Amino acid sequence: MTLVQKDAPLDVVPPRRWGLAVAVGLLLIFSLAPILWQVLTSLKTNADIAAVPNVYFPRQLTLEHYIELFRRRPFLRYMLNSAFVASVSTLLCLLIGTPAAYALARLRLPGERFILAGVLIVTLFPYILLFLGLLELVRTFGLANTYLALIVPYTAMNLPLTILVMRSFFQQLPRDLEDSAKIDGYNTGQMLWQILLPLTLPALVTTGILAFIAAWNEFIFALTFITRESMKTVPVAVAQLSGTAVFEIPYGALAAATVVGTLPLVILVLLFQRRIVQGLTAGAVKG
Amino acid sequence: MAKLELRNLNKTYTPRVVPLKELSLNVENGEFLTLLGPSGCGKSTTLRLIAGLEQPTRGEVRIGDRNVTHQPPGQRNIAMVFQSYALYPHMTVYENIASGLKLRRMASAEIQQRIGEVSQFLGLGELMQRKPGQLSGGQRQRVALARALVRRPDVFLLDEPLSNLDALLREQVRAELKQIFAAQPTPVVYVTHDQTEAMTLSTRVAVLNDGFLQQLDSPKRIYVRPANRFVASFIGSPQMNLLHLKCEGGFAQLGRCKLPLPSQVTVPPEVIFGIRPEHVRLVRPEDQQVLQGRVVLVENLGMSDLLTVQVEGTQGTLLRALLPPDQSWSGKQISLALPPEALHWFDVQTGDRLPDALP
Ligand SMILES: Nc1ncnc2c1ncn2[C@@H]1O[C@H](COP(=O)(O)OP(=O)(O)O)[C@@H](O)[C@H]1O
Ligand SMILES: [Mg+2]
Repeated sequence: MTLVQKDAPLDVVPPRRWGLAVAVGLLLIFSLAPILWQVLTSLKTNADIAAVPNVYFPRQLTLEHYIELFRRRPFLRYMLNSAFVASVSTLLCLLIGTPAAYALARLRLPGERFILAGVLIVTLFPYILLFLGLLELVRTFGLANTYLALIVPYTAMNLPLTILVMRSFFQQLPRDLEDSAKIDGYNTGQMLWQILLPLTLPALVTTGILAFIAAWNEFIFALTFITRESMKTVPVAVAQLSGTAVFEIPYGALAAATVVGTLPLVILVLLFQRRIVQGLTAGAVKG
Repeated sequence: MAKLELRNLNKTYTPRVVPLKELSLNVENGEFLTLLGPSGCGKSTTLRLIAGLEQPTRGEVRIGDRNVTHQPPGQRNIAMVFQSYALYPHMTVYENIASGLKLRRMASAEIQQRIGEVSQFLGLGELMQRKPGQLSGGQRQRVALARALVRRPDVFLLDEPLSNLDALLREQVRAELKQIFAAQPTPVVYVTHDQTEAMTLSTRVAVLNDGFLQQLDSPKRIYVRPANRFVASFIGSPQMNLLHLKCEGGFAQLGRCKLPLPSQVTVPPEVIFGIRPEHVRLVRPEDQQVLQGRVVLVENLGMSDLLTVQVEGTQGTLLRALLPPDQSWSGKQISLALPPEALHWFDVQTGDRLPDALP
């Protein structure tokens, strides 16, 4: 097999590689620049922030904005509120959505197409339009200023996507696996727990993260259904940050809050990244 | 090991989708029964009914002297090999093979011993700690087989287990399957649409079509004495010649050739006549009935030539003959003989084989 071309020597990088590297670099700058700007701002002193002309790189690093967030304001409390509401609604969403998706994928239900069309239409519906109606409901049931006022709508809001994504996942999971498990002697519970769950985990993680992010970032419901300071979530708290004087905009604190508010999402995605990728590549059945 | 019995099985999904209309058969100890038929004829459905993955609309499944019709699959003590192998992707090969035994609470010493035996038998020793995703198609196939064999079930079910292998490997594994299952007494039900697999592996073949059993016989008899027109055309490659012929006084007329009908038959006005291409031969001096024709097409099959011959004295009737490739046949006029013992006769209406004197 001498016809096969030898690999190019390592020190000569082919021009196509260069092009690719430049493109990747530009893309990174384009999408990361705003975040980088926020990070830098959060580390500048107030003098640097206010300086004209702009100071791009802080001359002096400071953590004062972060300290202010947690000392002078109950930012930890906001984060815990957000985390609680987002986690519970995500779990509920998976708990309700996964069995529904499984049923839609596996059973031949009468009117299945109408159910699916219904689910799809709900995702298309602009949920801003719902919120006056929901506000009425929240009042009637006395849910204002409770976590439930956010958990219920967040769950509902994320259910259609969960159902659609999980259904298509179950559809491409070979049915033979379940049949084989039945013949091997797994009962329904064991089959769900030992066969289906491990195989479904990557899809659960992926949809779970999407639902969590949507719930974590939600603003309108959180703004209207919650008025008590100690119950507020991060997006609302960030929007309501104010300076010591009326006309002062606390850029430093805002930037710090943005960074702190985004960090949990970044950590979450990084943590589960391997699971997500693994799920897409695991060799399942045929050769 | 135990005998398997199907009684009047019927599976109706909707009034228009009835993959299995009526099936009764027995599979005895030591038997290797193949369900053979074109795709969509209800083979997999039958297997799933035996396994308990589907409930029959009517009829019974019996294993030994138990009626298992209403038992769940896990309690029937059967093992099944799927076309897709259906290995659990998140478990190692060892865990895959052990799973059925663990669920039956078998002592771990015995599990290890059984898996040891099977893995040595199938040459899986090296692969035990791998995941199915790291195996080749042939290896996965063996693991699926091992998972069935360790169970030592009452019945083995295999649904087209070779169809995902490439042609070369398929032949090799087919031979292995034959050895493996010949060496053990448990009845096997094997599903395929490939007649070579059916012929080479089985002790008996059940030919299915359209939800009905067409013929249940040894592979040899299915080839030599097909019970009806469908079996005649489905079994054998190249396909049997099947021709509509007019009858007159105990003879059927093909060109200028008079073919004697079987003696018992009350002579019908028309019959379907069949002869396999490999049984048509060149004429010899002793032949009395000779068929003249012109070669219109030659297909080279390597060890022989498949000729399509237009029969003289007919309106374009074609007959295919398999002849040695020792001369160039193209466009030639040839004389053929149809040996009387190789002729098949079928009823025009029912398609059933006409009774003949042969055993
Ligand atoms: N769950 C089901 N619901 C409705 N129809 C089915 C179902 N399973 C199989 N069928 C139909 O039954 C027929 C026979 O299928 P099958 O037994 O798989 O054929 P094959 O002989 O190719 O294995 C097919 O036409 C198929 O569409
Ligand atoms: Mg099939």
